[in-house]
Amino acid sequence: MRSAIAGDEAAYAEFLRDAARLVRALARRKLGSGSGIDPEDVVQEALLAIHLKRHTWRSDEPILPWLAAIARYKVVDGFRRRGRRMEVDIEDYAEFLEAPAADMLGERDIGRAIAALAPGQHKVVASVAVDGRSIRETAAAFGMTENAVRVAWHRGLAAIAAKFGRTGK
Amino acid sequence: MKTDDLIRSLAADTPPRAASPDRLFQVALAAAVLVAAALFFATLGPRTDIGQAAQSVRFLFKFAVTGALAAAAFHLVRRQARPGAGTGGAARMLGLVPVLLAAGVALELAAVPPGDWAARLVGTNAAVCLTFIPLIGAAPLALFLLALRAGAPTRPAAAGAVAGLVAGGIAAAFYAAHCTDDSPLFVATWYGLAIMGLTVAGALGGRLFARW
Repeated sequence: MRSAIAGDEAAYAEFLRDAARLVRALARRKLGSGSGIDPEDVVQEALLAIHLKRHTWRSDEPILPWLAAIARYKVVDGFRRRGRRMEVDIEDYAEFLEAPAADMLGERDIGRAIAALAPGQHKVVASVAVDGRSIRETAAAFGMTENAVRVAWHRGLAAIAAKFGRTGK
Repeated sequence: MKTDDLIRSLAADTPPRAASPDRLFQVALAAAVLVAAALFFATLGPRTDIGQAAQSVRFLFKFAVTGALAAAAFHLVRRQARPGAGTGGAARMLGLVPVLLAAGVALELAAVPPGDWAARLVGTNAAVCLTFIPLIGAAPLALFLLALRAGAPTRPAAAGAVAGLVAGGIAAAFYAAHCTDDSPLFVATWYGLAIMGLTVAGALGGRLFARW
């Protein structure tokens, strides 16, 4: 994580993979089999949270309690949101219909959230997250500057996270 | 979407790291005090005999207890914004504030004959107190909720409530400079009620705005 903060992408990806393993173990244990919640959805939401809230970790403190606290929060959050989602199912479905690209994004919750982004963010996020293009390739493909792609990508991630944080209307 | 794809793409997102929550809370605190001061001096202002009042233990006690509340709650809410940061010690410190207040009440009960207790408790400014503490504390509460939102409170409602206590402590400290009811009986009752209002508002605000 320390080298990741210094801008080492490879080290950061390695750290996120470790974090994913840790969250997956915790999510499987807490969710059990009868909850109807896919642990992998929780893993992805926790990874997104770890990424967007990484400034809340202090580099002079051990990282495990921080990771574990986020993982626990996201497991609880998973129960809370899915408990509530029963009431807003139709609305979710409506968003789904408005975004025909949803099919190719896969059935994960994050995939669905990407599909619901504003068009400008959607094409960038889908290009990087789903088609697996790099920032540079995405910039070339859409005729944007790399910086603009980075900004759209970052805002898209924040928008997805905000969607998960919402309490449901 | 596969988790591996997500990891790879998150790693590609490398904007400068956001400011640390501690820093944000310092900024929020400074802004909260400024806003509260501005509103206080624009509306109520300090009482006219403040020089004389400053000689009285009862008057000074109001600042001790509201100041202790604001400081202890601020220390706690800052930790609540960081996942995994222990809050036990800070929570115990906050727990000492009611003890301090209770000690003040006990001394007052010992010093004043029982016949005067009711008059001291009711005072003359209860309605002003219940109006202005929440009014002065509203903007500070909003600032602390914003700071919480930028952080990552794993218990948003509890953190919001503590943010309400910080705002209440700050607002009450300003209000105390205006109010002529100095008895700890008055402070415990009416300040307590007004601050509780901000605490409930903070808990609701935390639930609604500080989730992530």
